[in-house]
Amino acid sequence: MSENIRTVKNATCTFCGCLCDDMELTVDLDEHRITKAKNACVLGRAWYAEHVIEDRPAAMIDGKEVDFDEAVEEAAQVLVNAKFPIIYGLSDTTSEAQREAVAIADYIHGTIDTTTSVCHGPTGMAFQGVGESTMSLGEVKNRADMVIFWGGNPAVSHPRLFTRYAVTTKGMFIPNGKKDRTIVLVDVRKTASDPVANIQIKVKPGKDFELLWALRALVKGKSIDPSIEKITGVSLATLEDLVDRMKKCNYGVIFFGMGLTMTRGRHFNSGALMALGTDLNEFTHFVVKPARGHGNVTGADNVVSWQTGYPFGVNFNLGYPRFNPGEFTTADTLSNRDADAAMFIASDPASNFPKPAIEHMKRIPVISLDPKQTITSLLAHVAFTTATYGINTTGTVYRMDDVPITLRKAYDSPFPSDEEILTAIKKRVRELMLSKYGTSGVRREAKVASLTPL
Amino acid sequence: MTETMILIPGRTSEQGTALNKGKLKAEYQHETSMLDINTEDMERLGLQEGDRVRLSNETGEITVTCRGRKPEDLPHGVLFIPYGPPSSQLMAGETAGSGMPLSKHMEVKIEKVDV
Repeated sequence: MSENIRTVKNATCTFCGCLCDDMELTVDLDEHRITKAKNACVLGRAWYAEHVIEDRPAAMIDGKEVDFDEAVEEAAQVLVNAKFPIIYGLSDTTSEAQREAVAIADYIHGTIDTTTSVCHGPTGMAFQGVGESTMSLGEVKNRADMVIFWGGNPAVSHPRLFTRYAVTTKGMFIPNGKKDRTIVLVDVRKTASDPVANIQIKVKPGKDFELLWALRALVKGKSIDPSIEKITGVSLATLEDLVDRMKKCNYGVIFFGMGLTMTRGRHFNSGALMALGTDLNEFTHFVVKPARGHGNVTGADNVVSWQTGYPFGVNFNLGYPRFNPGEFTTADTLSNRDADAAMFIASDPASNFPKPAIEHMKRIPVISLDPKQTITSLLAHVAFTTATYGINTTGTVYRMDDVPITLRKAYDSPFPSDEEILTAIKKRVRELMLSKYGTSGVRREAKVASLTPL
Repeated sequence: MTETMILIPGRTSEQGTALNKGKLKAEYQHETSMLDINTEDMERLGLQEGDRVRLSNETGEITVTCRGRKPEDLPHGVLFIPYGPPSSQLMAGETAGSGMPLSKHMEVKIEKVDV
């Protein structure tokens, strides 16, 4: 460690949707690394320790180093010449960069989607159907005396959701912390989150909807047959007790995760839980919140929503935004082979997408923006190495409760930020589209997609 | 001997920290190839801790390493794996019009791999 040390107070960790903004970073400016991250959880510590300046070209075409401008030109050409270009990712970058991505999708009459579509997209769809009784995390900390975690494992995915916001932390009206709270955990198996729960409910895999619907009925005073136990694995007595406690609490909250969105039912599962939360407001104050996994996926929802009117899976082929999950979402545009070019920003779909989608990524030209080398960046035709948001860049990010937070930079990076790269691509794309279609063509000419011949 | 079970890909602490080190590095690749399986299921299938098994379905197949879990912690017929490139090979592209592929509860055939 050198002598050239800097301390950054109240920095924001951008690993998960908790966006803890009480980080105290010790930065070695000579070695360009963060040597200590006070208040960070195990995930945050790994995030800060491992995002260093890597020895890699800033821009590559087919794995060979090129000038930044050459890579931007090639990326712009790929996007403009494609019939069904898609843009995906955006959960681990700033909202300023997200805006540029939406602008590019608009200009190229392409499709923009975010990691939301394979995370809480179903929740977003349910939100449109049944609405959300919502809150800020500060309210949970200060008021919630009943906290339910459904279909998630915060101990490994959001460790400080327990310690800073919802379980052990003391609040204004919760002076004794965990002692003043009843914690309920609903899952199909035992997880690292189990120890914090007063009540652990194990549900049969794929039966969350039935369980939630039974709870809704009980909340509304309907009777439920004891055979609910055979269907869900949970006894009627347990359900009746839970409903009684939920109705009698002062302020209840349900955090929920992929156990609901990624399983049979998807948006129906999320919708059932959100409706349950709303129902309980006839008796007490009850809120629900999807636990968002990435640092700024909530920002992606916000930016895409306010710019297009829809949260994800948005297509501009006809010159105006259209929303259709299942058609314009990336798992589909890739698996169905609709996409003939793709730009993946701050995400690694080649690791985490369905097998047929990964196979199609290998057939089409891919542009990748990532601070790290990943399977996606390795298969990319044009690859940019980027500065890491919240470590090398400032910018705006949104916490899981839609609270915007401004990032504090720790040290500079020689690599450009996502925002810089996307702004450059946007400018070139606009020039190319104008020369191809003229000033009237960019907005009015319908570009109808055709399927890539098999 | 093969049996059909339900696979749940999900997060672990090790997977979350290892992905920061780099997804192409050994730690992440190791963690995303470890399969949690109920010890009674293991016994019935003739499996020991650390044995290799093949998981397969209509979409693909992978070979992973067994980690035993107590029956009171992991139900019979339920498998858990830290999500990553191996589990993606078993994920089909069908999203039922939702945009979300079935990323948990995939039905898989499990059989011991003879080394």
